[in-house]
Amino acid sequence: MESLSIANPHPTLTTGKQKMALALAGLGVVLLIFVWAAKNAFSPIPMLLASFGLMVAGMTLFVREEYINKPDGIKNNGVWFKSLSARGVWGWMAAIIITGFYTVLFFAPNEWLLGLTQLFSPISEALRNKPADKWFVYGSLYTFSVLVLGVKFLYKYRHSRYQVMRTISVMFFQTGFSFLIPAFMQMMSQPEYYFTYFWPLKEYYGSPGAVQYYSTASSISVYFIAFSALMTVVGTPVLTYFLGKRWYCSWVCGCGGLAETAGDSFRHLSDKSLNAWKIERWMIHLVLVAVVLMTGLLWVNSYQEGGVLGSFSQAYSTAYGYMIGMAFSGVVGVGFYPIMGSRVWCRFGCPQAAILGIFQRKKSKFRITSNGGQCISCGNCSTYCEMGIDVRAYAQKGQDVVRASCVGCGICAAVCPRGVLRLEGASEDISERTTQKRTVHVKLEDVKILS
Amino acid sequence: MARFARVDLRTASAHRQVLRKKPSHKSLPTQLLVLTAPNYEIKHLPMNIIILGNGISGVTCARYLRKLSDHHITLVSDESDEFFSRTALMYIYMGHMREQDTRPYESWFWEKNRINRVRARIERIDYQAKKLFAQDGQEMPYDKLVLALGSQSNKFGWPGQDLDGVHGLYHLQDLAAMERHSADLVASDGKPARKAVVVGGGLIGVEMAEMFHSRHIPVSFLVRESAFWNNILPPEESDMVNRHLLEHHIDLQLETELSEIRPDPSGKKCGVVVTKNGTEIPCSFVGLTVGVSPNIGFLKSTEIETNRGILVNEYLQTSQPDVYAIGDCAELRAPNPGRRPIEAIWYTGRMMGETVAYNLLGKAQAYNPGLWFNSAKFFDIEYQVYGDLPAQLPDNQQTVYWEHKSGKKSIRINFDKKSGSVTGFNLMGVRYRHEVCEKWILSGAHIEQVLPQLGMANFDPEFSYQYEQGVVAEYNRAFGKQISLKQKRGLPAVLAFLQS
Repeated sequence: MESLSIANPHPTLTTGKQKMALALAGLGVVLLIFVWAAKNAFSPIPMLLASFGLMVAGMTLFVREEYINKPDGIKNNGVWFKSLSARGVWGWMAAIIITGFYTVLFFAPNEWLLGLTQLFSPISEALRNKPADKWFVYGSLYTFSVLVLGVKFLYKYRHSRYQVMRTISVMFFQTGFSFLIPAFMQMMSQPEYYFTYFWPLKEYYGSPGAVQYYSTASSISVYFIAFSALMTVVGTPVLTYFLGKRWYCSWVCGCGGLAETAGDSFRHLSDKSLNAWKIERWMIHLVLVAVVLMTGLLWVNSYQEGGVLGSFSQAYSTAYGYMIGMAFSGVVGVGFYPIMGSRVWCRFGCPQAAILGIFQRKKSKFRITSNGGQCISCGNCSTYCEMGIDVRAYAQKGQDVVRASCVGCGICAAVCPRGVLRLEGASEDISERTTQKRTVHVKLEDVKILS
Repeated sequence: MARFARVDLRTASAHRQVLRKKPSHKSLPTQLLVLTAPNYEIKHLPMNIIILGNGISGVTCARYLRKLSDHHITLVSDESDEFFSRTALMYIYMGHMREQDTRPYESWFWEKNRINRVRARIERIDYQAKKLFAQDGQEMPYDKLVLALGSQSNKFGWPGQDLDGVHGLYHLQDLAAMERHSADLVASDGKPARKAVVVGGGLIGVEMAEMFHSRHIPVSFLVRESAFWNNILPPEESDMVNRHLLEHHIDLQLETELSEIRPDPSGKKCGVVVTKNGTEIPCSFVGLTVGVSPNIGFLKSTEIETNRGILVNEYLQTSQPDVYAIGDCAELRAPNPGRRPIEAIWYTGRMMGETVAYNLLGKAQAYNPGLWFNSAKFFDIEYQVYGDLPAQLPDNQQTVYWEHKSGKKSIRINFDKKSGSVTGFNLMGVRYRHEVCEKWILSGAHIEQVLPQLGMANFDPEFSYQYEQGVVAEYNRAFGKQISLKQKRGLPAVLAFLQS
């Protein structure tokens, strides 16, 4: 049979200016690593400025070349040809570097990170009145990525106001609620607390230890933990009823924020097969069971004042922290972006997403409406779904999409060339959101029986 | 009642249960004719149904046959093992998707649904013996045959049209050819990019121009008409596309026709396009996108009755017993008023595939494509049409046209001069709801009844600006009226309207 391998492996789509821009940004990263390795050898502020300045300058130039000087519209040309975004050499290298960085960050001795913590100390001193630790470094780099690549995303999708609003929202929540506010709170001698994370994603906030700690940590900290509990019990179902799980996953959450900005270039790499869906449903719900069990154990243990289950539940909790909190959500969750797409953690692991998904599936106004018979089955929607949902399977039947995993990023609707998909809500038909199939052309009552 | 309108949901789910229910053979002697229930077909021994062509028409037919029956189903294709979305070929070339991403069903789907797939090129059909003869010597007997042969790109006998580097864009093989030549077209290592010439200003032409453009290959786009697609699009919309093509630096040459294609020095490959006014355009690829016609070469001058396509009646039956034709290759003897006998469109193929499945099973169902609709995308500008919207405004119609100041979005509504009933919607850069527009048109809603409710039709993403106010203002200005917009975008109102 004649070979129909039609994807040209090497179309040259990157211009000279873009290469230069990427080189500048790369130089910034190399400088950062160099300063890290050199530890105390340089004065931190000029080095910070130089390294992050280079990264910002490089990205700005790249965005200018790639998006700004072109008419508004979908910009996916060459996505499957570029090494970085098509699991080529650069993609694998990026995966190895990010995975390696996370492994060092979470599991290596603190001395390994000395160079970085020293570098970030001036910022930490200014914001929190104390030297940087590795978590401050991590938070800074994370927020920086969300902001810089968020700006890239904003230019890429500038024609869609939904995308613009949503991205400004995740940039705002990451910078304000996950970075600045916790830092200021520490400066004001308040305990560290994140207003945008709730149990079960932040499993600690549901534990007896947290309740005990925040009840007494400061004069107001009891309200923090009360807010967290309220969001878990009331906020989550109510907001999901009105808006779908997207109110959290693609508008507020930090993991979602990174996936939607830094991860945008990799969203098409998610697996859309039925098998992947089966694995996903098992995995995410097992993690949910694990966290519920763990929290339950901790509470039982606290009532029994450390009785029979004392050491076990503590060990369980520690193991969960390492396995799920660090290895899964961090190392795999972000490290595998360039291989398995930007939502590996959100799709296969996040217990918060699991709960939000159950509400979205069972009791929510939200759905993605399919527009009559307009679908041409092209597959752009499925390809660019970061959650691996086969959107086309619904759209080509004229069926509305109601899936537990949908984070409501709206990219399926954006890339659709025929205006078929729309994220929206109504309360009138909640239990019947998926029963309608509009492209069914022949109605059974019209059929005559020949005899 | 509109065809796509929401039906009573209990009835709808009852339908599906009937569709899913499989006739049970175990308890009944299979040799007997079994009449199970009034709504079930008379069951014979399983029939051997062969579908020639695995495009959207053939595959839809196979899917519905399986849904409704237990017969043996075989899909035969010469083009590809896997069903893919033909409309997505451009996205493979542009790097938006890989070939496998354009396949609506995974490989297990066919086995699970017992749809047998055969790769073969059929050369002859014996209608009396009910047998297909393949190029490789295979013989395939059938009880019922469905011809879903698709189209082929038109060529009008131009000198040089068969040179290497001259291709249409319809088959997977055409895409492979474009890819093969592209290495030579793109700029590399100081060699400047070479030009591609696209001949024919239709939907495939503009796709091809966009494809080359995505690889930074310069394109000359030769269009016979005085404006792009102005036999379909009204002047304002056509002009909008013209402007947009220029914005993308496409060398749009209007009122230009192909005269001949001259070879390059090798004598085998295209080198120069000569237009009818004598202009010579040096190029390394020529895209012929001057429409498609039914792919029925091997059936011409055989027993089966053909004209441009295979002639079929309203039940999609051909002149031969137990042979049906659907999709691009079928030519209706008596199309619905206002519709063409051959419509090479994705959704009509899908509708024919479904309709023919009922007819094959002895449940007579006339093909009825319903109200006309369509959609396309011209580079960044999406286009949707619902109902009758001719390029030239007919004497009995009036139009209200609103255009955004960016010149990239517009909304047009045509309505009947006398009755005021809306007849068609044309959207550029704005999305409207199929079901809402259809219900308005089919129910003969008056334009002044539609305009206050117009927001209901809006299907743009949340937070997008809504332009219905502009349309209403334009109507008031043109006709001296005082209509005001009452309904904004939103699903609850739509559901209430569709259920009413």
